[in-house]
Amino acid sequence: MSLVQNFPFFSIIIAMFSGILSSVLDGKKARNLSVAAILLTTVMSVFVLGFCLDTGQSYTYMMGHFPAPWGNEIRAGVLEGLTAVLFGLVMFFSVTGGMSHTSVDVEESKQNLFYIMIDLMLSSLLALIYTNDLFTAYVFVEINTIAGCGLIMIRQVGRSLSSAIRYMIMSQLGSGLFLIGLSLLYDVTGHLLMSPAGEAVKAIEAAGSYEVPMLVIMAVISVGLAIKSGLYPFHYWIPDTYGYATPAASAILSGLVSKGYIFLLIKIFYRVLGRENVIASQMVNVLFVFGLAGMMMGSFHAILEKDTRRMIAYSSVAQIGYIYMGIGLGTQAGMVAAVFHMFTHSATKALLFISAVGLYEVSGNKKDYKSLRGAGYRNPLAGIGFAVGSLSMVGFPMLAGFISKLLFATSALQSPHKMLPTVIALAISTILNAVYFLRLMITLYSIPESKEEQVDVDRASERPAKSSRKLELAVVSFILLNLVLGLYSQPIVAAIGSGLMMFD
Amino acid sequence: MGAPLFVNMEETVSVILFGVGFTMLMLHRNLIKKIMGMNIMDTAVYLFLAVKGYISGRMVPIVTDGIQDVSAYINPVPSGLVLTGIVVSVSTTALMLALTIRLYERYGSLDLDEILMRAAKEERI
Amino acid sequence: MSRRRDDYEQSWWKGFKEWVDGAVDPLASGIEIQIPEKEQRDKEMVHPGDFGQTQQSLYDGRGLWYFRRFYQVMSVFLCLSIIFVLLWTVSYLPAFGNAGNPDNNEVSARYIEQGLKETGAVNIVTGMILDYRAFDTFGESCVLFIASCCVLVLLRIDAEDKDAMAKGKSKKRMAEANDRIFEPKNDIILQKCACVLVPLILVFGIYIVLNGHLSPGGGFSGGAVLGSGLILYLNAFGFKKTERFFTEKVYRRVTLSALTFYCLAKSYSFFTGANHLESGIPLGTPGAILSSGLILPLNICVGMVVACTMYAFYTLFRKGGM
Repeated sequence: MSLVQNFPFFSIIIAMFSGILSSVLDGKKARNLSVAAILLTTVMSVFVLGFCLDTGQSYTYMMGHFPAPWGNEIRAGVLEGLTAVLFGLVMFFSVTGGMSHTSVDVEESKQNLFYIMIDLMLSSLLALIYTNDLFTAYVFVEINTIAGCGLIMIRQVGRSLSSAIRYMIMSQLGSGLFLIGLSLLYDVTGHLLMSPAGEAVKAIEAAGSYEVPMLVIMAVISVGLAIKSGLYPFHYWIPDTYGYATPAASAILSGLVSKGYIFLLIKIFYRVLGRENVIASQMVNVLFVFGLAGMMMGSFHAILEKDTRRMIAYSSVAQIGYIYMGIGLGTQAGMVAAVFHMFTHSATKALLFISAVGLYEVSGNKKDYKSLRGAGYRNPLAGIGFAVGSLSMVGFPMLAGFISKLLFATSALQSPHKMLPTVIALAISTILNAVYFLRLMITLYSIPESKEEQVDVDRASERPAKSSRKLELAVVSFILLNLVLGLYSQPIVAAIGSGLMMFD
Repeated sequence: MGAPLFVNMEETVSVILFGVGFTMLMLHRNLIKKIMGMNIMDTAVYLFLAVKGYISGRMVPIVTDGIQDVSAYINPVPSGLVLTGIVVSVSTTALMLALTIRLYERYGSLDLDEILMRAAKEERI
Repeated sequence: MSRRRDDYEQSWWKGFKEWVDGAVDPLASGIEIQIPEKEQRDKEMVHPGDFGQTQQSLYDGRGLWYFRRFYQVMSVFLCLSIIFVLLWTVSYLPAFGNAGNPDNNEVSARYIEQGLKETGAVNIVTGMILDYRAFDTFGESCVLFIASCCVLVLLRIDAEDKDAMAKGKSKKRMAEANDRIFEPKNDIILQKCACVLVPLILVFGIYIVLNGHLSPGGGFSGGAVLGSGLILYLNAFGFKKTERFFTEKVYRRVTLSALTFYCLAKSYSFFTGANHLESGIPLGTPGAILSSGLILPLNICVGMVVACTMYAFYTLFRKGGM
């Protein structure tokens, strides 16, 4: 076994260990350690991706001295590597971009705790990506949930505390459903590792026994993870959560945490429950319908919202709807589109949150439309970043969002029954997206009219522009990431396709 | 449907408890009762798992008198899962109780609707 | 700017422009049922600080009463439907206590038959969670660690806060925030009982931790017992006595060293296992206290972490912090 094959395990352990170590460090050292850990794990993920692309197949890695059905296992393939690289990049730039705000929003003595949350969040995301064991997935889902809650409430204002408890309640509902699903699955298959469990499920399906339990297991696991990732009817915690956390936390929560659960769901669909069974069970249709509803209602709520940060959060609801719609199409192409949109959304939503911070800084930290008039001139780079993010969400050519919409549309053509609703929903949702994003862009690039506003703005810009180098760097890197996803989409889409093949 | 339910009496009880806990966590307004609901839900799952490991007439999985035969012991896997699960639920309970304490200090209420309303109002001022 | 049209005030363009500016919200009315209701409630709430009155005004009003009724009916309905679906599932599940069920397969068979030889632990469950499926258990201690960090964020009172409280706030507020003013404790009955009980509890906890691989128990259960012993001691004798040996610094160091050892030991065994190397850790004679390789030290580590975390939870939940 070559050294590179150890890297998935190393990256999980390094992230976790740096979290443990941070508990005795002061804020600054913990920050540096955390940034270093994120960088190191990202580099390792790049190597893993390269290795898997080279060999063209996935491999499993024993966690201990015992082989598959007895000991724990992790598994790495092209899709796992790609996701880990992207998550690492998004995490790195979110943390560095929001760094100056983190030090303001979080009390001095509790900063190391913030970075503990970041480290453990990273390790749990990596573990969710790489794991090949259902119960390990449950444990790390819980770590992810608690770390997410910590990231929300570490900025101790009233709204963030109340949104944290809402987040915890919804997440616990999801975890409970996921856990009972696992228990039922263990009961009928007798396995906890994904590969043997998948084989057992195949045998069960062939024998035709346990039809009802399998249906309920599928429903319960999908609904549990859908609640945790904030699919439409369960989205009520999202706007508060993303809207009131510290910027780095908002970017990470919206860009990564919900994606981790979706990735796990896709993995369980492919490797345990079997894609054909899931399609045959009508479960995908349920996800499809809720996805469509989420696309509409999320955009609709976003239009009504006055606070721009909550608007971006509601737009997340719509984008999660897109992803579930892709999964719900039930075709390989739909799944590829869903995974690609997952990447798009991670990169773009983090860009929007981080560049919005740059705009608030020059507008007296106000978040309503009126205060943001002309902010695009006061902080040009953040304005450009926001514009790129918005255009990408709307689906402007050359940017990532365009490719994912194209993929959704082409994959919809392959499934005749769902083609019409998908295409109509895509069209309407795109228009709605355009309405609220372009409205904000017009606001950003219009000159304040009245004297009063001008004075306000002057007062705001008298304060030394705090927009640090790191924030600018983060914005530029996110723009580049978007362009890469948009312009060099072919190899990425091919890699996603081959990665999904490896899941079977 | 009726007869198997009486054979699987323990599972029946555990899923009923799960439903009760789930509903309490989701729909009860009082935060403390929500947390109780969460604990009922988790415990119901552990009951379910523990029941699944049991095999009639066998011993706990601790090697006694050097007997290492499958037919002597019950299934050890669910017991291990329950052990892990209990610690997870202790952690989440502690975290939610801590959040509740902070919210009560701040808003003087345990009613989630009221807390959210006060929080929204506080922001507007 | 060009000349304005005469009917500018009513024109569509002005409406659009105002909407772009965020001044008006053309869709604000009639979309969501909850919004007007919420605003109405806010109007009813006259004094935000007066809790008794708001409590009353919040829950009267005919519409709201119907809403509550509807809510209750719906929750009962939801509860029953979840229970029904799960019962429907249960009626198809394998029978209770049957040795031929799918979960009694080769996995549990190997744990039982080979467990003693491969892990050295007489207690098969301990052998399973700390050796076969050790990654789960490592994740589980991290859950405990991160939960204690979160509670620390929420409930720890920092030095600056304490100063501010002493200076700015009234004495009553200070007293509310700190339980320590009720010390020294002089509850004779409690102290005498604790004198007898605490050593016993601690010894029992240590026994459970050390015999985790031989008898029922292990790090988590033993740690919880140890933690409860410490909590009893604290309640009987107060912070002054416990702070001689247990402060936040000690807590951090103990947790750090235990988790670090756990992390390194398990990394070593995962690494050697995956690369098919010999781990070189002797398993000892099964049944002896010094046996079963890494399981005993790991149990001790877990026990320390759990004991400290339980104690920390308790002190943090009291007013005044650790």
